Amino acid sequence: MYAWLWRVLPGGWPLKAVLALVLAAALAAVLWYLVFPWLEPKVQFDHGVVNGTPSAPSSPG
Amino acid sequence: MRTVIRGLGELCITGGLVLLLFVTYELWGTGRYTQQQQDALGQEMIKEWKAPKVTTEKVKLGKGLAMIRIPRFGPKYRFVVIEGVELADLRKGPGHYPGSALPGQVGNFVVSGHRTTYSAPFNRAGELRRGDKILIDTREKQYVYQVTDRRVVRPSTVEVTAPVPFKPRARPTERLITLTTCHPKYSAAQRLIIFGELTGELPRAAAPASGK
Repeated sequence: MYAWLWRVLPGGWPLKAVLALVLAAALAAVLWYLVFPWLEPKVQFDHGVVNGTPSAPSSPG
Repeated sequence: MRTVIRGLGELCITGGLVLLLFVTYELWGTGRYTQQQQDALGQEMIKEWKAPKVTTEKVKLGKGLAMIRIPRFGPKYRFVVIEGVELADLRKGPGHYPGSALPGQVGNFVVSGHRTTYSAPFNRAGELRRGDKILIDTREKQYVYQVTDRRVVRPSTVEVTAPVPFKPRARPTERLITLTTCHPKYSAAQRLIIFGELTGELPRAAAPASGK
């Protein structure tokens, strides 16, 4: 996979390296800003609320 | 065959890196979001506190309600308590259960917060001991609560949020605070509950700087 990617990137090795870095950064950005925020509530392991639904206490004073 | 195995290996390494990035996002990236929201809501709240009081003041869901400070967690520990305990509210900071008592009122002021992600406001809640102070700043007053008890309960134990904890029907006479967060850390299996009672109130102006 990576060998193939390296082969299809244009230019000499410096350009290839720069392009590869840009690609990796773009992928990381997509994950960080789009995928993870969407995924996070679905795998949330950090629930602090009891029962998820707040109880409605009989009107406190 | 060789290409297939190599491809698989590369896939596994890539997957591992993505997972690492996700963990970084959970533990650090989410905190940055909370910090931004805290700054914005905190400024908004302080501005509102300075403005003349509106008679029918009621804090909207998702807005700042009060400031919580816990001296045991250091002088810099300070979070804006958000009104509401939906996912979106708790991302912004610790949230007050709508319908539970307001700070200083008779009844139970219930606040829930994340323990490991989203700036982890209640990360160190397990360190609280009987007598530790929990300071709640509001527009006019600073309410001083002191920890009375600590419990680990099942996630379904809504009785802890009752005006009189564990006695849902009872009529409240005391001014209590209850903090809820997840337990153990990084898990949602149980809830850690901190109980406290009001032991004093000061005018906010005289209270130590509550800026931001």
